[in-house]
Amino acid sequence: MSSLLEAQALNAFYGDFQALYEVELSINEGDVVAIVGANGAGKTTLLRSIAGLLKNDAHSIRFNGTPIGHYRADKVAKLGIALVPEGRQLFPSLSVEENLKLGATVGRKGHWSLHSVFELFPILKERRAVASTQLSGGQQQMVAIGRALMSNPDLIMFDEISLGLAPVIINSIYEQLPQVINQGTTAVIIEQDITRALSSASRVYCLQEGRVKLSGRTDELTRQQITQAYFGVAA
Amino acid sequence: MNTRVTRSSRFSNGALAVLALLVVVLLTAPWWAGRAELRLFGEIYLYLSLACLWNLMAGYAGLVSVGQQAYVGFGGYMLFALTIYAGIHPVAAIIAGGLLAAAISIPVATLIFRLNGAYFAIGTWVVAEVFRLSFAQVSALGGGSGSSLPVAIVKSLADSRSARESLSYYLAIGSLILVFAAIYFLLRSNRGIALTAIRDNESAAAELGVNVWRTKLEIYVVTSALTAIIGGLIFLQKLRISPEAAFSVNDWTAFVIFIVVIGGIGTLEGPIIGTIIFFLLRETLADFGTTYLMILGLVAIIVMIKAPKGLWGLISQRYDLEIFPLRYRVQQSATTEQG
Amino acid sequence: MTEWLNAIVQGVLLGGLYALFAAGLSLIFGVMRLVNIAHGDLIVLAAYMALTTVMVMGVHPLLALLVVIPLMSIVGYILQRLLLNQTLGNDILPPLLVTFGLSVILQNMLLEAYTADPQKLNGGAIETASVSAGNLSIGILPLLTFVIAVLVIVCLQWIFYNTALGRQFRAVSDNQDIAQLMGLNKGHVFGLALALSLAVCGIAGVLLGMRTSFDPSIGSGRLIFAFEAVIIGGLGSLWGTLAGGIVLGVAQTVGGKINPGWQLLAGHIVFLLVLAVRPRGFFPRVEH
Repeated sequence: MSSLLEAQALNAFYGDFQALYEVELSINEGDVVAIVGANGAGKTTLLRSIAGLLKNDAHSIRFNGTPIGHYRADKVAKLGIALVPEGRQLFPSLSVEENLKLGATVGRKGHWSLHSVFELFPILKERRAVASTQLSGGQQQMVAIGRALMSNPDLIMFDEISLGLAPVIINSIYEQLPQVINQGTTAVIIEQDITRALSSASRVYCLQEGRVKLSGRTDELTRQQITQAYFGVAA
Repeated sequence: MNTRVTRSSRFSNGALAVLALLVVVLLTAPWWAGRAELRLFGEIYLYLSLACLWNLMAGYAGLVSVGQQAYVGFGGYMLFALTIYAGIHPVAAIIAGGLLAAAISIPVATLIFRLNGAYFAIGTWVVAEVFRLSFAQVSALGGGSGSSLPVAIVKSLADSRSARESLSYYLAIGSLILVFAAIYFLLRSNRGIALTAIRDNESAAAELGVNVWRTKLEIYVVTSALTAIIGGLIFLQKLRISPEAAFSVNDWTAFVIFIVVIGGIGTLEGPIIGTIIFFLLRETLADFGTTYLMILGLVAIIVMIKAPKGLWGLISQRYDLEIFPLRYRVQQSATTEQG
Repeated sequence: MTEWLNAIVQGVLLGGLYALFAAGLSLIFGVMRLVNIAHGDLIVLAAYMALTTVMVMGVHPLLALLVVIPLMSIVGYILQRLLLNQTLGNDILPPLLVTFGLSVILQNMLLEAYTADPQKLNGGAIETASVSAGNLSIGILPLLTFVIAVLVIVCLQWIFYNTALGRQFRAVSDNQDIAQLMGLNKGHVFGLALALSLAVCGIAGVLLGMRTSFDPSIGSGRLIFAFEAVIIGGLGSLWGTLAGGIVLGVAQTVGGKINPGWQLLAGHIVFLLVLAVRPRGFFPRVEH
């Protein structure tokens, strides 16, 4: 299978500070890839680099073979990569419906529309006119996911999908996830909960201090290997 | 080899020695320079002083003002008012003008400090307009058309014309040295460290216990007072004042901002470089009037975008130079003088 | 008594013009936190554009709007994309100083092209026509200006809250990075914001030029009125801007009625008073 997204020797910087070192990554179409690692391992930086919020060397990231490392975020979005950012980051001045509509700015056609997003998350239809700030955390996450889906992406990335949400809410979000991904979308998930990450993903990458420490199919890796890569070398 | 932390470097020591020599030479100017040169030098010193003061506010305290003409004009008008109506000596009147400006700047600051960032800038402009319109209402000072300094008062400075010109020259260079030294020692003191902290990150500085509002107020008051003194000296040279001239945004703020931006904002060296360039341009392009101003504006825009730290920023970054040592630097040295 | 009432009515109508000055300033501050020091000079530029249009095409100044508005919008878009977008960031200094430089350049360009002689847009009969209400006589031109100001604000309000463009304005205002993630090119959106701002400047410039004579130096005064109206009204509220313009206009006409020399001074003093007692203005936008 050809890879949809590829990272080669990806180095990312915040000013003088280097956050990623020579990261190699390959995501095939239809994959669900989990990225795990401790705080500060570079998970968010990786997603920000792919999404175009951090400028990189052109050839360090390829999407469908096209070098996109140097693309601005809006150009990346138009190619079909969507990011559900950490902490939801809805637009406070916009209503629920307006937030969703804004997600459709890129104008890509596909399964997702206001109608199908409301079908997936019926509560949002009820609260469509409400300011996004008045929603509960779980509902906000639904808007954030819906907003990303509205662009009908080929690749959707979730940064800390369950951070700050109650366990019940997390369960229901994960229950909806297959529906989200089954529409021919490839997904990348950042998740703190290793068990959950392994059960929903087909491949996993462990990052540590900006480097890929371990990667492989979830069914081929042992939990011990992952824990070790997560926490660093056991003393 | 030991490392030691120091502010001075071999370059800064050398440059300061050259500069000191230059100051000594300039102090003797009344003996060798012609009348026109003496006047031009005086004007340069006064502009450089204004530039240093504006730089202290905008480049170090983050108070970007486009209304410093308020204090230039105020100082000028106080010179005229106090000499004509209170009968005091012009030099005393100029100093008193500085003190009065300090007093008036406190209530002004409590009002305009409520505005943030760019809105603060326009707020300072409103204040300058209020000053201009108010002085235009004072008929005792000539109202809208202004007035001249009576001959008797001019004569009270010194009897001969050349003696007056020398005095005027020494007042200008003296106040420049005063302004420069005040800023230099302020920036090297604890206040300077607080200012640097505010400039780098205002909220972080506040958390570290820096009283941001008060520090800024102090800078604003000191700057206002010194700006008013320079204003008094400017109109002592001109001998004539009117609201339009006294509170001119072009003359006392636009030029000053261009000088600082082109030279390098937030550096002590920048205003010097900027003033030299400004006067070189002016002396060569003065005949072009509006074109000259457009070129100046264009150069300032280009510098702001391409080299936000100005020409001095480019130079110092490239060669890691500082004439006036403010930064601490780590030096390798063979001495064993550490404690 | 009628005299005072007349002064107040004139002030309210004058406030309409000030609201037009202020609306464009308020708009770009709302979208991109940019304070454009050259705003007043751009209004004067629009007045001169209308002057040239009137001279070349021989049309009424109000018809010249059809040329001035699109032209100003284009100037705005290009200015933002080529110059001002490069100044936006966390540091307030670059946009402030670049627009200040722009202000000086514009003033001197106009001086070079049109000299310092005062000019006026000749509106013909509309300038002297008036309607009477009771003892009051209300000029048609000031009344028209006020009505246009209200319409412009209704229109801006509608664009902001009911169109895709308005959604994009609010989104980039909230969070530029995330807006970019959604496929918005913020440089383009900012360009459109300044285009809209200068379109309003175009309207303001033409109405200003019909009302009074103008010369290249008056821009900074218009900037200050615009700024005062914005602060009195409260940052981020378009209707507040109209209210701020009216307060300023009334302060000026009433002050001028007491003593002609106090007209501008009275406006500034009311502004400073508002700053002292209500620093956030009368209608500040509620923070989320």
